[in-house]
Amino acid sequence: MGKQTPLYKAHVEASARIVDFGGWDMPLHYGSQMKEHELVRNSAGIFDVSHMTVVDLSGERVAEFLRYLLANNIDRLKQPGKALYTCMLNEEGGVIDDLIVYYINDRFYRMVVNASTREKDLAWIEKQAASFNIDINERDDLAMIAVQGPQAREKVHAVLSKLGNKKERVAELGQFFMAMFDDDWAIARTGYTGEDGYEVILPNKDATPFWDDCVAQGVKPAGLGARDTLRLEAGMNLYGSDMDETTTPLESALGWTVAWEPEERDFIGRNILVAQKSAGVKRKLVGLLLEEKGVLRNHQAVLVDGLEAGEITSGSYAPSLGKAIAFARVSADIGERAKVDIRGKQVDVRVVKPPFVRNGKAVV
Amino acid sequence: MSNVPSELRFTKSHEWIRLEDDGSVTIGITDHAQDLLGDLVFVETPEVGATYATGDDCAVVESVKAASDVYSPLSGEVTQTNEELADAPEVINTDPYGKGWIFKMTLADEGELDGLLDATAYGEQIAAE
Repeated sequence: MGKQTPLYKAHVEASARIVDFGGWDMPLHYGSQMKEHELVRNSAGIFDVSHMTVVDLSGERVAEFLRYLLANNIDRLKQPGKALYTCMLNEEGGVIDDLIVYYINDRFYRMVVNASTREKDLAWIEKQAASFNIDINERDDLAMIAVQGPQAREKVHAVLSKLGNKKERVAELGQFFMAMFDDDWAIARTGYTGEDGYEVILPNKDATPFWDDCVAQGVKPAGLGARDTLRLEAGMNLYGSDMDETTTPLESALGWTVAWEPEERDFIGRNILVAQKSAGVKRKLVGLLLEEKGVLRNHQAVLVDGLEAGEITSGSYAPSLGKAIAFARVSADIGERAKVDIRGKQVDVRVVKPPFVRNGKAVV
Repeated sequence: MSNVPSELRFTKSHEWIRLEDDGSVTIGITDHAQDLLGDLVFVETPEVGATYATGDDCAVVESVKAASDVYSPLSGEVTQTNEELADAPEVINTDPYGKGWIFKMTLADEGELDGLLDATAYGEQIAAE
C-alpha cells in the first residue's frame, strides 16, 4: 500500500480505480477517463493533487537564493501572489524538476514541485540553500485540490461564499495569481488542463469538506488519467516523460521559461544553456498529430525518410480531437511531416506546435 | 463484479469464445478485460483469411491508457471481423459479449476447444487476480 492523501476515502467511496503513482495510491478514474476529460472541457471537474509537494521558503536572502536556483527569474514577479512557471536545473543544464513559484512577500515564496521528485528536489534545494540561511518548510500538513473547467470558477465561488470572506478576493484573481489566507488556505488561478479554474491548497483536515462541497455544487471527480490527456492536449509537459535530468529546457520546448536577461544573473546551469544556444540546439520537442486511426504511445520511434529522427515522449488518444496526439523529441531540422513506427507499421503524422486544444477548442 | 456468461469459453488471457451452430467460433475480450483497460479508442482487427495458431497475437485493443494484444485462443482461419469497431471501439466497453465481438474463425482442430476454460474456471481466475 502506498501513501494516501486525506481524500483517499472519498475516492474509494466514489468507486475510483486506485493506482500507484510515484508511491501514492491515487485515483486513475472514477468509471470513465473519457467522460471525466470531456467534463473538464465542457463544465467542471475536481482533481485530488495532494500528492504534489508544497515547499515554503523564507528568509532575508530568499529572493537572492531563488534568482540563483531557478532558470526563470523571480524578479518578474512584481505583485504579491503572482506565480511563475520555471525549471530547476542541475549544473549540466538538465531539468531536476519543473515547478510553480509564488511570490508572497520579499521574505517568503512558496513552490509547488512534483510528487515523484520530492526527495531529490528537497535534497537539492537544501544543498544549494546552505550558504543563504533559508528556512525550508515542506508543508505535508497541506492538501491540494484542482477545480478546472469553464464552470469551475463559478462553482468554487458558490462554495467559498459559505466560507468566511474568501470569495471576494478569489473572484478578483487574475490568471496565474494566488490569494493566501491566515487559516492556511491559498487559492490560485492556475492549473494543468488548459482550462480556467483554481488550484486550492488547504489544511488536510479541510480537504474532504471542501471536496464534498464542490461535488454538491455539481462538480464531478476526475482522475489522473483525464489529467494526463488534458495536459497533453493543452501542450503542457510532464516531468519524467517529456524532460528530465538528461535534457535541457531548450530541448524540451521550455526555452520560454528561461530568463536570459539580465545577463549578469548567474543561475545554476546557465553556462551550459548559453553554450548550447550559441552552438545551435540539435533536438527539440514538437507536437505530432496522427490523422489516420491508431494511437501514438511513449517511446515509439519518429522517422523521416526512413531514418530515425527521434522518439515520442508522451503519446495518447486526445478525447477532444478524436485523434491520437503526442509530444516527440526530434532533430531540430524536422519538417512538417514525419512517420511513426507503431508495432512495425509506419504511419503518417503531422508535426505541429502545441497546444492542440485551448479553452475547449481545437487549435491544430 | 464482472459478467462471465456461462455459455461461453474463456482463456487465461481474457478472450471469450462462442461456438456457433456451424462449427465456427466468435471471439472477443471479456467484460473483466474491458474494465481493466478502460475506455477503448482503437481496435486493430486481424485480416480476413489470415491463419493463426493458438496463442498467436492477432489483434490489438487500445484504450486511452494502454495498448493490449489479443491472442488467438485456437488455431484456425479468420473468416470475418467486426467492421463496426473501426468507428465505435467503445462498444467493447458497453457490450463486450455482443456488439463488441472482434472476429470469427473456422477451426483447424475442434479438439482444441477442450483446452479452454469454462465460466466457473475463468470466474475463479479473475477472482484470484
